[in-house]
Amino acid sequence: MSSKDVGMQPAGARAAPMGLPASPSRDDLVKQAPPGPGSGGVGWLQANMAKLVLSPSLAVTLVFVYGFIVWTVVLSFSTSRLLPIYKWAGLEQYARLWATPNWYVAIKNLGIYGGLYIAISLFLGLFIAILLDQRIRGEGGLRPIFLYPMAISFIVTGTAWKWFLNPGLGLDRVMHSWGWTSFTFDWLINPDMAIYTVVIAGVWQTSGFIMAMFLAGLRGIDNEVIKAAQIDGAPTLQIYWRIIIPQLRPVFLSALIILLHMAIKSYDLVIALTGGGPGNATELPSTFMYSYTFTRNAMGVGAASAVMMLMTIAAVIVPYLYSELRERRT
Amino acid sequence: MIRRWSILVSTACAIALGASNGVRAAEDLEVIHWWTSGGEAKALGLVKDKLQTQGVTWKDVPVAGGSGVQAMTVLRARIAAGNPPGAGQLLGFDIVDWSDQGMLADISSVAEKGGWGQALPKPLQAFAMQDGKWIAAPIDVHSTNWLWINKKLLDRVGGKEPATFDELIALFDKFKAAGITPLAHGGQPWQDGTVFENVLLSTGGPDFYRKAIIEQDPAALGSDTMKTVFERMSKLRTYFDPNFSGRDWNLATAMVIKGDAAAQVMGDWAKGEFVNAGMKPGQDFVCIRFPGTQGSVTFNSDMFAAFEAGKAQGDAAMQLAADVMDPDLQAKFNLIKGAVPARLDVPDTNFDACGKKGMKDLKEATEKGTLMGSLAHGYGAPAGIKQAFFDVVTQELNGQLTADAAPKALVDAVAGAK
Repeated sequence: MSSKDVGMQPAGARAAPMGLPASPSRDDLVKQAPPGPGSGGVGWLQANMAKLVLSPSLAVTLVFVYGFIVWTVVLSFSTSRLLPIYKWAGLEQYARLWATPNWYVAIKNLGIYGGLYIAISLFLGLFIAILLDQRIRGEGGLRPIFLYPMAISFIVTGTAWKWFLNPGLGLDRVMHSWGWTSFTFDWLINPDMAIYTVVIAGVWQTSGFIMAMFLAGLRGIDNEVIKAAQIDGAPTLQIYWRIIIPQLRPVFLSALIILLHMAIKSYDLVIALTGGGPGNATELPSTFMYSYTFTRNAMGVGAASAVMMLMTIAAVIVPYLYSELRERRT
Repeated sequence: MIRRWSILVSTACAIALGASNGVRAAEDLEVIHWWTSGGEAKALGLVKDKLQTQGVTWKDVPVAGGSGVQAMTVLRARIAAGNPPGAGQLLGFDIVDWSDQGMLADISSVAEKGGWGQALPKPLQAFAMQDGKWIAAPIDVHSTNWLWINKKLLDRVGGKEPATFDELIALFDKFKAAGITPLAHGGQPWQDGTVFENVLLSTGGPDFYRKAIIEQDPAALGSDTMKTVFERMSKLRTYFDPNFSGRDWNLATAMVIKGDAAAQVMGDWAKGEFVNAGMKPGQDFVCIRFPGTQGSVTFNSDMFAAFEAGKAQGDAAMQLAADVMDPDLQAKFNLIKGAVPARLDVPDTNFDACGKKGMKDLKEATEKGTLMGSLAHGYGAPAGIKQAFFDVVTQELNGQLTADAAPKALVDAVAGAK
């Protein structure tokens, strides 16, 4: 499992906190702690408490995230097949990877799945957030309903949707039993359409979470500006399009980063929903990586594909981090 | 004083007991396996019990998951971490791969004492013996070229047991006309592969099977015979129900048991499902060789191996190897497991009709040289090549590739995996 985790941990671990509403920083917590008796030992402890508490998790992250990233990169340049072997193979594994038709299927599917998943989740999330932001009654009850799918694991989502979309069990059968016999919805077992069922299940799972992010963003917008626009007689649509949505730019960026890494690391959803099938119609880079590393005895090719996935995420995350850090410094 | 005496006495007793049991008094043996479901677990219990009576404590490392994919992942991790179990269950080319890495212990001393060379079919020895050394002990032989038919449905359409592929198609047409799903199938790569190897053997015969699957001769893979095989696969697909994608094999078997479907192509582990449902072979269900494959057997054998790095547990692992090859244990084990004994010298007295037929066929195929490794179960080709076959077979079966284009794709896929 290690090399699978390697590909996705850094993005998951680092991207999530960035987009969330700011929590009190550690410095604040330390300052708020009641002052203890002023003896030397306790003073030292107080001064270094934050570092002490953080050091185990730092060490664990260094080894289990960055250490295994390095290991995976090393393996991708080795001749490893069944077990890790440290014999230099140069770029041979990468050449094999890019000569494998399955890899192209996986990339194409990631393009379809990732593109639609991100676009639809962003759109739906924003749309529901705007509707909820109209100060409607029962908002407190509706919000958790939309957010709840996020509390379910992807395996459960995948299994539930598998049953729901299976023509012999779910939607199709219910429609038929209600008398609409010409109804067919066989995307799950149709190799050309199966990848879209993964999009449906993925969007269902995540759009509520994206909604929560946008809602937080909307609540943070200065009411004065909106009131001023309303006094000037601007129509509501214009206010949203020209004033509110542009102000949500940071939320868009955070949501995009979160969705992007979730799309690239999607594994459990596909396994539970379609198992990569029918045929190899829903193969994704992550399922490709697992099967080549662990079931096809081609560990080197699997490691090379993991490195390619990491590079894809890094291509997005690194410029983002760079701009974030630079803004904070100036 | 009394307490000291009692300690002395009990120590003496312990030493005496230990001596009477040989040196194995408190040996532990960690065994990694994937037999966690009902019948399998019960059969494995026999091995456990036998070891227990010989003073070896069996430490169970079960990793659920059919065909052992998950178990192999766990094994890999434990070996990479330098903490391998003492022994484990292995299949087919995995045995060869592990042996090439120098991971398996030499069990020749036990094998020679037990006369394994005479008792086991040669194609099994090709796996159990590497570089002249015995490294694995087979406990059973499953064969994968079986067709299971619901007898009641067969009688209802007035059909007879098909002997050729054309007769099979004629029978399936009868079922279809009667509104019965002819073939229960689960659309998972290994199940697609199981049907594929049967159709291939039926279409091209044993020599073609050997050339195409075992030797992976590009000429055979790209031949017109192979095109016929794919055309027949597409033909069989028209007899599936629409919802076959991703279905587990035992659910497909359940369809035949319940009479929702007429037949299934599956290895003899399917028999266990029929028998557990209270059905009798010959009476409620029929077990025949897949039409056109009579006289040949494609096998899949469960073997146990001892790990080199688990040397501390060495003696116990040797005992396990000896027990696994015990004729009496193999008979009892396979009565529960539904397979047939790996040893050819075990009497078939207690086996049912299907089991007796399986043992007879195994003997015949061994003599005729038509006992060949099953592709779908890791005895036909190494894992990477097996998966390359699966890729093309499932794509063709699911209509992503035409039967015309499939042989060429197969040649490329197999070449790419080598």
